[in-house]
Amino acid sequence: MVTVKDFIGEESAWCPGCGNFGILIALQKAVVELNLEPQQILFVSGIGQASKLPHYIRGHIFNGLHGRAIPPAIAAKLVNHEIKVIITDGDGGTYGEGGNHFIHAIRRNPDITLIVHNNQIYGLTKGQASPTTDQGVVTKIQAHGVPVPAFNPLAVAIALNASFVARGFVGEPEQLKNLIKQGIQHQGLSLIDVLQPCVSFNKINTYQWYRQRAYKLPDDYNPKDKAKAMEKANEWGDHIPLGLLYLNLRPVYEEQIPVLKNGPLVKQPVDVSKIAQVLEEFC
Amino acid sequence: MNLDYNIVIGGKAGQGLQTISDALSKLFLRGGYEVFTSQDYMSRVRGGHNFFMIRISDRPLCAQKPKIDLLIALDQETIDIHWLELEPEAFIFYDGESIHLSREDKRLVSISWDKIATTIGGNTIFANTVAVGACCGLLNFDLGLLAGLLQEAFAKKDPKIIETNLQCAKAGYEVTKNLKSKVTIQAGTTSGKMYINGSEAIGLGAIASGMKFYSGYPMTPSTGILNYLAGKSDEFGLVVEQAEDEIAAINLVAGAAYAGVRAMTATSGGGFCLMTEGVSLIGCIEVPVVLVLAQRPGPSTGLPTRTEQGDLEFALFAGQGEFPRFIFAPRTPEDAFYLTQKAFNLADKYQVLSIIMSDQHLADSGWTLAKFDPEKIKIERYLLAAQTLAGMQEYRRYDLSETGISPRTIPGASRHLVIADSDEHDSRGHITEDLSWREEIVKKRLAKYKYMREEISLPIKYGDSASKTVLIGWGSTYGAMKEAVDMLNAKNKKVVMLHFNELWPLPVEYLGRELSQYDNIVAVENNATAQFMRIITGQTGILPTHKILRFNGQPFYPQLIVDRLEKEVHVYGDR
Ligand SMILES: Cc1ncc(C[n+]2csc(CCOP(=O)(O)OP(=O)(O)O)c2C)c(N)n1
Ligand code: SF4
Ligand SMILES: [Mg+2]
Repeated sequence: MVTVKDFIGEESAWCPGCGNFGILIALQKAVVELNLEPQQILFVSGIGQASKLPHYIRGHIFNGLHGRAIPPAIAAKLVNHEIKVIITDGDGGTYGEGGNHFIHAIRRNPDITLIVHNNQIYGLTKGQASPTTDQGVVTKIQAHGVPVPAFNPLAVAIALNASFVARGFVGEPEQLKNLIKQGIQHQGLSLIDVLQPCVSFNKINTYQWYRQRAYKLPDDYNPKDKAKAMEKANEWGDHIPLGLLYLNLRPVYEEQIPVLKNGPLVKQPVDVSKIAQVLEEFC
Repeated sequence: MNLDYNIVIGGKAGQGLQTISDALSKLFLRGGYEVFTSQDYMSRVRGGHNFFMIRISDRPLCAQKPKIDLLIALDQETIDIHWLELEPEAFIFYDGESIHLSREDKRLVSISWDKIATTIGGNTIFANTVAVGACCGLLNFDLGLLAGLLQEAFAKKDPKIIETNLQCAKAGYEVTKNLKSKVTIQAGTTSGKMYINGSEAIGLGAIASGMKFYSGYPMTPSTGILNYLAGKSDEFGLVVEQAEDEIAAINLVAGAAYAGVRAMTATSGGGFCLMTEGVSLIGCIEVPVVLVLAQRPGPSTGLPTRTEQGDLEFALFAGQGEFPRFIFAPRTPEDAFYLTQKAFNLADKYQVLSIIMSDQHLADSGWTLAKFDPEKIKIERYLLAAQTLAGMQEYRRYDLSETGISPRTIPGASRHLVIADSDEHDSRGHITEDLSWREEIVKKRLAKYKYMREEISLPIKYGDSASKTVLIGWGSTYGAMKEAVDMLNAKNKKVVMLHFNELWPLPVEYLGRELSQYDNIVAVENNATAQFMRIITGQTGILPTHKILRFNGQPFYPQLIVDRLEKEVHVYGDR
């Protein structure tokens, strides 16, 4: 049996009190409760504070470029679909720099868990607005306040018929852990946007700010109701819903690729004996 | 007298030029001849002026030529544009019912292919087959082989289609069979050679290398590779992923390589711009990837469907930071097939990016070549053996070594965890800012160059070795340069060429020795600034004395090189 000890990685470089710790702990507990071993998991990330997480847990790691966590994660899944692929990335990386990959990952629906540490700010580059920074918020760069409305990742995901759309909050650790577990078990792309206070650069969206507004979806909430999910996704400000907003079971990308029916690509033999035959097509 | 016959098929995009060209090329190939086909088309799906050029000979061909023996004109513009390129004894086939010419010339032959097609098949769609038949009639080329081709092409369709096509071809044949052609081309038996273009050869080479994962975003002239591989994916168990953009494409192949299969992407200049951060990522995490850069004239969107060798320096310097890479530049489709395998093997051996420089001329030109030899296929992965991994207490992905090559394994191959990080990392792969280690790992990555250089084959030296004039070229200019050298040497103008297909790391010592022997060093490149020569100069200090450059978007003709050399370079006899 694995324990949390098996998932303790390098010493972290996060600020004391950062919301990222809550995500790390929830993730460690989730994989332990699912009885996964480090060797069975590939953690993929980009660049940013959130993207350092893979080093602080244990598993295979592909810590790629800023905003580019999704493409290598998809490739790894296509090459070896027996491996669990979990992305941990920032709101800037996922919704800004890598926005195109985000959209097309939702369309593809690979069996990947996408955990977005949404601190509504660029943490690593020290406090510029991110796509999810609320309109009007003043930063060093946006001295007159962010002039445009925030990007709504959950609404976009639901509009694109994403198969699993959830919101967690590090202030609700048990729920967050369970959402992550559900996300890992879900067959398809599971988006878990996590409200993650950045104590150094986001003085507005603090633990308290979120605590005053966040509420858990009721037990009788039906995540398969798309219209309702969209309504919930558009709730922001005074009331912020937490939980699984939308569940839409649909085919997994790698299962629709005929070649992968014969097993993981990486385990398939390389057979070049047919080349001689193909040469005839050119004669 | 050697046979050297040149057919041009011209018209608007969408008129089926490619169908005629493909049919004729295959016909002459099967009749035992050598064909070389090149395309010149505009970046549009309908209209414009486009042409295919089929050169037919009884000896090997490696380039096109400017003079036309038979012009198959599907529109009036084709006749106007190519008029001055026609040989005195040429013929021009056109449909006088739809093209009304004001000029008169005994070389003009009207064939009512639309009418014939409608009469026989009820549809002008068969007009192209009438034209193919007319071409065979003129040259006395038996239609028997055409039947076989049609059977293959329409095997899955209604047999009536084959019959109608054959009748249309025969009707065309009848119209032209009594014309007095200066040559006849008798259908003989096949030589067993193959007819293939550069894109197909690279695709086939990748499959033969055991490539399992391809990702790309369509961009001319790289799309032929995507098309070819997609068509072969089920047969060979490939995952072919059309990415949402080129950034995704290169990050996908980096991820696929990390996860353990051979992976490739292809693009053209604009897409390569988007890929450069990924190029640097590959350099940092040291995964083996093959990238095909099929060049077209820039800057920016440039001339999408034309050819140029304008991105070599870009390929060499692309990506932030300092890290090693290989650059190859196939001369012919045959070379492309084998070099693609070398690119994969060396990428694996050194855990680096191998870039293959192609261009529209290589990608789209059809060559007649000896059948590739599957026996020569060798796949070497250089991954740690299971036994070695089992015996390792701790696995250090980026351990220092004399050669700079670190022990490589993939996730799932053993109990060891595999870590890749675009940040500077320690020997296990974890992010680090230990600055003394930083120097060690930079040196480790660059240490590979010494060994990589030894893997590079020297250029072909071709021509009169007693010459004091050397032509230097690379990649797809090979055919035109080789024929130019033959033409010059036949006139007793002594020249030799050094032609490169493995460009980087550059064989610096060899070049220093070799180039010191010549009085005239002539850079021949399909670009405006002689980029490869500039790289040679940078590495050896040796400057060219002359440059023969072409950058109008078209490839060199051998004659063009000959003319420019005779005009600009004083070539003398022996040394
Ligand atoms: C191509 C590129 N552009 C910019 C950067 C600089 N950069 C690093 S992280 C980051 C933003 C981080 O924000 P986010 O993704 O929200 O992560 P966080 O640090 O907030 O967790 C930026 C702009 C980079 N590394 N690469
Ligand atoms: S800057 Fe913000 S997000 Fe980054 S570690 Fe510090 S508190 Fe956390
Ligand atoms: Mg952020």
